[in-house]
Amino acid sequence: MERGDKIKAGDVRTASRLIRDIEDSIPEAKATIKHIFPYTGKAQVVGITGSPGAGKSTIVDGLIETSRKKEQTVGVLAVDPTSPFTGGATLGDRIRMQRHSEDIGVFIRSLATRGSLGGLSKAVGDAIHVMDAMGKDVIFVETVGTGQQEVEIIHYAHTVIVVLVPGMGDEIQAIKAGIMEIADIFVINKADRDGAQKLQRELMTMIEMSHIPPGGWKPPVLTIRNSFKPEEFEQDLRTLSAKVREHYDFLISSDLIGDRQKRKRLHELNEAIRFSILEPVLEMLVKTGELDSMVEKLVKKESDPASLAEEIAKKYLQGCF
Amino acid sequence: MAKRKIRVMVAKPGLDGHDRGARVLARCFRDAGFEVIYTGCHQTPAQIAASAIQEDVDLVGLSCLSGAHRYLFPQVVNLLKEKGADDITVIGGGIIPNQDFQKLYDAGIKAIFVPGTTLDTIVNWVNKNVKPVERK
Amino acid sequence: MYFAKEVLSQSSELKKKWEDEVRRVVGKVPDQKARWSTVSDLEIRRLYGPDDIKDMDFVRDIGYPGQFPYLRGNQVTGYRGRYWTFRMFSGMGSAAETNKRWHMLLKEGQTGLSTAFDFPTLMGYDTDSPKARGECGKCGVAIDTLEDFLQLVDGIPMDEITTSMTINPPATVLWAMYCAAAQIKGIPLTKIGGTIQNDMLKEFIAQKTLMCPPEPSVRLVSDTVEFGTKYVPRWNTISISGYHIREAGSTAVQELAFTLRDGMEYVEDVINRKGLNVDEFAPRLSFFFNSHVDFFEEICKMRAARRIWAKVMRDRYKAKDQRSWWMRFHTQTAGCSLTAQQPYNNVVRTATQALAAVLGGTQSLHTNSLDEVMCLPSDHAVQIALRTQQIIAEETGAANTIDPLAGSYFVEALTNEMEEQTWEYINKIDEMGGMVAAIEKGFPQLEIADAAYKFQRQIDSCEKIMVGVNKYVTEEEIPIPLLEIDDKVEEDQIARLNAVRRKRDNKAVKKSLDDIKNACKKGENVMPSCIEAVKNMASVQEICDVYREIYGEYRDPGLY
Repeated sequence: MERGDKIKAGDVRTASRLIRDIEDSIPEAKATIKHIFPYTGKAQVVGITGSPGAGKSTIVDGLIETSRKKEQTVGVLAVDPTSPFTGGATLGDRIRMQRHSEDIGVFIRSLATRGSLGGLSKAVGDAIHVMDAMGKDVIFVETVGTGQQEVEIIHYAHTVIVVLVPGMGDEIQAIKAGIMEIADIFVINKADRDGAQKLQRELMTMIEMSHIPPGGWKPPVLTIRNSFKPEEFEQDLRTLSAKVREHYDFLISSDLIGDRQKRKRLHELNEAIRFSILEPVLEMLVKTGELDSMVEKLVKKESDPASLAEEIAKKYLQGCF
Repeated sequence: MAKRKIRVMVAKPGLDGHDRGARVLARCFRDAGFEVIYTGCHQTPAQIAASAIQEDVDLVGLSCLSGAHRYLFPQVVNLLKEKGADDITVIGGGIIPNQDFQKLYDAGIKAIFVPGTTLDTIVNWVNKNVKPVERK
Repeated sequence: MYFAKEVLSQSSELKKKWEDEVRRVVGKVPDQKARWSTVSDLEIRRLYGPDDIKDMDFVRDIGYPGQFPYLRGNQVTGYRGRYWTFRMFSGMGSAAETNKRWHMLLKEGQTGLSTAFDFPTLMGYDTDSPKARGECGKCGVAIDTLEDFLQLVDGIPMDEITTSMTINPPATVLWAMYCAAAQIKGIPLTKIGGTIQNDMLKEFIAQKTLMCPPEPSVRLVSDTVEFGTKYVPRWNTISISGYHIREAGSTAVQELAFTLRDGMEYVEDVINRKGLNVDEFAPRLSFFFNSHVDFFEEICKMRAARRIWAKVMRDRYKAKDQRSWWMRFHTQTAGCSLTAQQPYNNVVRTATQALAAVLGGTQSLHTNSLDEVMCLPSDHAVQIALRTQQIIAEETGAANTIDPLAGSYFVEALTNEMEEQTWEYINKIDEMGGMVAAIEKGFPQLEIADAAYKFQRQIDSCEKIMVGVNKYVTEEEIPIPLLEIDDKVEEDQIARLNAVRRKRDNKAVKKSLDDIKNACKKGENVMPSCIEAVKNMASVQEICDVYREIYGEYRDPGLY
């Protein structure tokens, strides 16, 4: 299959066209993904999440730089929200990474959420596969950053970086949004601002209080100083980059990588099942008008959701029952 | 098959930083339902071409007010062509004298919009002329 | 303003009568639109009267020219001693070509020079930098080394004519060249006069001519202010600019507020970093405003600007010297108001904008040429623009009396309203921790982006009118002669630069660049080593690369 081969050879144009097809739900895209799937699983996937204005893109930009200095090839998937009103989207993360745009070892692709919740795009899983199959050593996935329920990233990433800034009430936000539990590394950005030390102390206390199994990974709390001071910023980024690597090595040495892979694959399977079973069935129910009449029945209390679902399963998934 | 969503890039080639037009247009494209990538100021043609391919946009809108459009605009078209991406439509705008229009059309710029163009004119042009499904 | 009680009560009776009459007439002949507003979308009432200015205090709020709060102007004699400076912004192609245009303008009666540089120079790159391809000489004059600069000022009496240079990130370098050129001609630094724009904050906010991050950028500005205060006393080391903020799409109030708050940021930095007394440098601060198409709004903006600045300097920074309270400013008519359609209409726009600037009390004025919306102006177009100023000065009588619109109910009320709204912005930015902090948050950038988008939408929906664009449109194209910059200028300029590099003493260049580097690192003033470096023929980019290396490079976050 020519398209898959081109991707394996690292062809950016083919890869970006394929990611587009995935986003636009072009059926042929699935076939190519199947073809390249055996060649995935080699890249380290790093998620970056945190509230808007926390400086995620600037940190990704810095991580690209440090990765390139280590001669790693890099993929970046930057997700921004789709406007629910117009369907349009401002994909604004790339702008901070433009200095790498000509580097052939770096492939940056922006994705719009297109209605999907959880801080990512539906296409993100397959887009990671594409970059992985291209042979990228490390793939950074930057989430939307609404600060709400952006936990989905753990299904895709080996390592999750949670970025916080002092003085934004982030700590509370983070706890509320449940992103504290998903962090493998905490980063306090703009750490030369007031309140950085306090935030760092609070986070460390919280980590101490949380239950970490013996021999488990204890999330470090790193700081990054004002990105306007080039020397300091680079130094802090090197530390972060080393931690990211250390976490990956830890996953491997402690055999946890298998767990992460399993978690990732399980999620993918769920998604695939939803895509190949649930969605066609739902589509059929809409087409035949069955869905409408079932809702009618529920309104009139002639049946209940569980019974109706069993009915559907019997009709459309005969083999199982 | 789902309908293809239009993806566009608004880019400022060269050293010119007058980005009022570019930013207004980027916002307008978003409100027209497109996915918009804005490169920011001070981009080289090579950066713009590489970004357009990585992002798989259907259209690149170039904005230049410094007078350097005669070199910069064709350069973007050429670089896209070199990389086999000549199915990406390139349009331009800014401080561009009439006498340069033909040269730019000849170089592969599909449309030129100068001060005084309404946003609707540009959006309509894009909707009419940019067909993501027909790209190679 | 004080009105006798009887006057106010009579006025309110008459007003009621008039209002009844308005209702009756509007019932028959409805207004053309429901809402009338300025180009910045400030709502304007049908009529203003005593009520609208009854709270004004004559001494506190109005006063006399040359007296606090300077609402009516700085100069006690107004324009009678001398008109504003006719200062046409010009520069194109090579230094030699620009020098020719300058001599032409001086012959035609221009009274000050103003330099437009090309983009490589503005951004601190040499003509042969890969980033500069295609830009050389296109929107201004190309300067790489002192050799070009000497050609630029050839035959110009530097001790008589003041020169303004629109230069920002590399301001230290170009000013160093001016100083060096004067010294080479045997003119002491105390004798030269002029302005460098040198306002980096508005670059982050609006124009995006960028080099280093905000903090070190302000530091370089403070270096020039200190150096000027000590050694070049007739130089305005900074021209705090609202022009570009407005061109980027801001409202008049935003232009006023962000410009004044920028000015305050510089004052604070010089006081804190350099330890200068405010009265040592404040008299040399100058400003630069846009004169847009809404006649009264612009006049009121300029009047309000003087009054706010006087209060800021006296009350907030405790300046004692009256000259510190003055706001002196240059004005340029609004480039963004010009249209490519029916270009001759631009002459009329520019004329009314220039008149507004004069009635607003500007000290210096540039009038745009009718073709500037398409390219650099031709000789003929520049001449019309210059003549526009001369007609206003010599024929219209606008300069006969000082601040002729003072006391107008409308003008005073709008001046007050704009001042109030400006203070609201200033207070908000203060709360954010100052302008640098506000810029880092993207606050002014996004406020301007919103205003620009709103205006464009209003044009599209014909809520606001641009003649020839969305009303009174003609299909026919009106050809006008345009100036073309030969692409060969780039080749020639690169050859010149290479020739300089070959014949200069490269060891001396390296040493002077190291001196600049050390000054940066130690926090010393860079100006002395900068002047030394340009004399050794170090190029604009070589010096700016030192800044970029030490201070880092700033990239535009592209907020919209």
